[in-house]
Amino acid sequence: MSRLRNYLDKVKPNFEPGGKYHAFHSVFDGFETFLYTPRTTSAPGSVHIHDSIDAKRTMIIVVLSLLPCFLFGMYNTGYQHWLALGETVMPFWDLVLYGFLTILPRVVVAYVVGLGIEFAFAQWRREEIQEGFLVTGIIVTMICPAEIPLWMLAVAVAFAVVFAKEVFGGTGYNVVNIALIARAFLFFAYPAQMSGDKVYVATGAPFGFGTPLPDTFTGATPLGQIATQNGPDIVLTGINGQVIDAWQAFVGLIPGSFGETSTLCILIGAVLLLATGIASWRIMLSVVVGGLVTGLIANAFTSPLYPASFIPAGEQLLLGGFAFAAVFMATDPVTAARTTTGKYIYGFLIGAIAIIIRTYNTGYPEGAMLAVLLMNCFAPLIDHCVVQANINRRLKRAKTSRA
Amino acid sequence: MKLKLKKGLKLNIAGSVAPDAKIEDVAVTSVAICPEDYPGFVPKVCVHEGDSVSIGTALLFDKVHTDIKLVSPIAGTVRAVVRGERRKILRIEIAAGPKEATNPSPMKVNDGTAARRLLAENGFLALMRQRPYDIVPSPEGEVRNIFVTAIDTAPLAASASMVQPFFDKADYEAAVNILNMVTSGKVYISHPAGWQLGDIKGAEMVEVSGPHPAGNAGVQAANISPVNKGEIIWTLDLPTLGRIGKYVRTGEWEWRTVVTIAGPEVNTPGLSATLVGAPVENLLASHMKPASHHRRIISGNVLTGTAIGNDGYLRYPYRQITVIAEGDDRDEFMGWASLSPDKMSESASFPGHFRKAPFVPDARLNGGRRAMIMSGQYEQYIPMDILPEYLLKAIHARDIEAMERLGIYEVAPEDFAAAEYADTSKIPLQSIVREGLDYIRKELE
Repeated sequence: MSRLRNYLDKVKPNFEPGGKYHAFHSVFDGFETFLYTPRTTSAPGSVHIHDSIDAKRTMIIVVLSLLPCFLFGMYNTGYQHWLALGETVMPFWDLVLYGFLTILPRVVVAYVVGLGIEFAFAQWRREEIQEGFLVTGIIVTMICPAEIPLWMLAVAVAFAVVFAKEVFGGTGYNVVNIALIARAFLFFAYPAQMSGDKVYVATGAPFGFGTPLPDTFTGATPLGQIATQNGPDIVLTGINGQVIDAWQAFVGLIPGSFGETSTLCILIGAVLLLATGIASWRIMLSVVVGGLVTGLIANAFTSPLYPASFIPAGEQLLLGGFAFAAVFMATDPVTAARTTTGKYIYGFLIGAIAIIIRTYNTGYPEGAMLAVLLMNCFAPLIDHCVVQANINRRLKRAKTSRA
Repeated sequence: MKLKLKKGLKLNIAGSVAPDAKIEDVAVTSVAICPEDYPGFVPKVCVHEGDSVSIGTALLFDKVHTDIKLVSPIAGTVRAVVRGERRKILRIEIAAGPKEATNPSPMKVNDGTAARRLLAENGFLALMRQRPYDIVPSPEGEVRNIFVTAIDTAPLAASASMVQPFFDKADYEAAVNILNMVTSGKVYISHPAGWQLGDIKGAEMVEVSGPHPAGNAGVQAANISPVNKGEIIWTLDLPTLGRIGKYVRTGEWEWRTVVTIAGPEVNTPGLSATLVGAPVENLLASHMKPASHHRRIISGNVLTGTAIGNDGYLRYPYRQITVIAEGDDRDEFMGWASLSPDKMSESASFPGHFRKAPFVPDARLNGGRRAMIMSGQYEQYIPMDILPEYLLKAIHARDIEAMERLGIYEVAPEDFAAAEYADTSKIPLQSIVREGLDYIRKELE
């Protein structure tokens, strides 16, 4: 280990002011602090000891909690492909390999584009490289169809990182969730490639592996099917025409975005996030409560006009990106409400709005993304009201004490 | 009255003092007084090098309130007036001389004006703090309440440094009598459970329990009767109360203090009786572990203390010295991924979170400074009706109106220390609060 340390110490002067590679100072610093905990010690006037937690630890825990979903996404991508081919034998490792080869270029493109921009901005601002994109990069691939064209992903990531994050000042200053902005950008800029019945099952043969599906193939997601039905007895079917039950939806063997189909894996991630205290349980809980309450109300007043109102409230939470949004999107501390009371309101409204959009806007089957984005915008307002309540309490106290 | 606080920080650091530790006398041949320890005090020297001084001779006075003085805790000669950049006075060093014969007599104090004068001129006022601004109190103006803390919840603090053997109940009661002449309201004394002295006459006793910062006067005030705009409270610790009382009762200054010597780098944690401003070299001589790595000697506790070198002096509030490793000579490979149980953390993402054995922390930041990312983190360590994040942002924006409305008058930097320790983003909260307090005071005065 000390050989690496010695090497870093040897090349370090090159990256310092006046050095050959000074233009890459932030990049070097990023790698150095990644490899070794910085030696910086407490300055005068501050506490002398600090907790071991830092932004890197926080972000890595989030990435770890995303991993079950990611791994399952690889399997499910293969599984849906095999299902679409009409196969009945599911060779586990072939499925996983197919999913892996499909997603690998997307992950690489997302990280190269996103981190590249982050590095450039960090260097330009002469700041340390921030860890925020470690999470964004993996999330963004998980909330898109597995076969999203690489150039589209690159454009969306670049747009989101520059216009939703860097223009506001970088990690910690963004108003809306970066990954969701990338997703929303794709949805509005390239609707044909991002919605409909064609995109949610991988059809290609990545790196020549597997059998490609014919161009005429279609396979709707459960939410897509709901939007086109109108009876009280909604029947959701998988790619092979078999009925999907709640258990399958829970496990996640349904077509959908790469990493958000499995509620089971999302729950594993949620447990990790809550046990380590990285994500706010208040937000997670209130999103679920908001979704359930609205789902129950919608289900109590069913109407053939709004087919999604026939889905039981509990099942609503298992479909689409709801659970993923509740656990990983709504809880992004930078874009969520920051006050304790605010978090309850913020979460509840996300849950409620997601189900409202899903149920009453038949043209658009998924509401979780827009609900989170909308509430991201309203979070400062919610916080403002909570802060104002604190201020009013203080003013009132001052008046009574003077009287 | 009982005050139970839940929010806060419980740190388990190696090198604590055993509850039955004996107090060891440490003689000193010199002391130093550092005006920097007294925020708001604008020092003007009134002695010269070579002057002989007695106990209680004024060394410095305040340029604004000339009544407020810092006095010599020892008889001897002024060895040096040490100045830094732009002639800033760093410290006044006094070499001990032969013991003087004194003829003390009790003080007679009849009213508030006389009481304030007595406190200011004899160096006691400088040992107190006022809210708002967390500065040495101004001797003028209405004082709504006075809060005396007889509890120290800071890491490694020993109660023997709070309840010092040089003072008895009669001293405390005499001082409370004086303070009651100053304030228009009550004098509160906060103490831990298991308090031996009983009720101090003339004061409202408050039994405080809870993790740090429950022992901070400001936190107690915020939960008993918060400071509103335009109100002033004074705060002091129990040894200061004892000093005042003893002086009033007998006419004698008591500048001895019991210092807790603790920390992971200390071989034999213990208690030393010495003088305020004593050189730490004498105090630490027999206590330090032999070591070749860098160390940090802190006068005070690990959260709010002042880093001093091995040749430094005991600093305000003159109760504790903590020694930890500096850590700048240590390499830790991928510390952010570590699963080592030796990493001290409030976060359950580290196995150390669940460990019972004491930790050996060093002075490293353990990360890089970031923007405020995590939310609701500071609130967990500040048991006051304050929204710390918003107050800090208002300070950052230098928005006086917002600072006022968010309660800047209620806080002191020390109230943010526990939050600063736990902060993921490594933001220097105490410095920011200090800047905010100084800024608003400058703008409004």
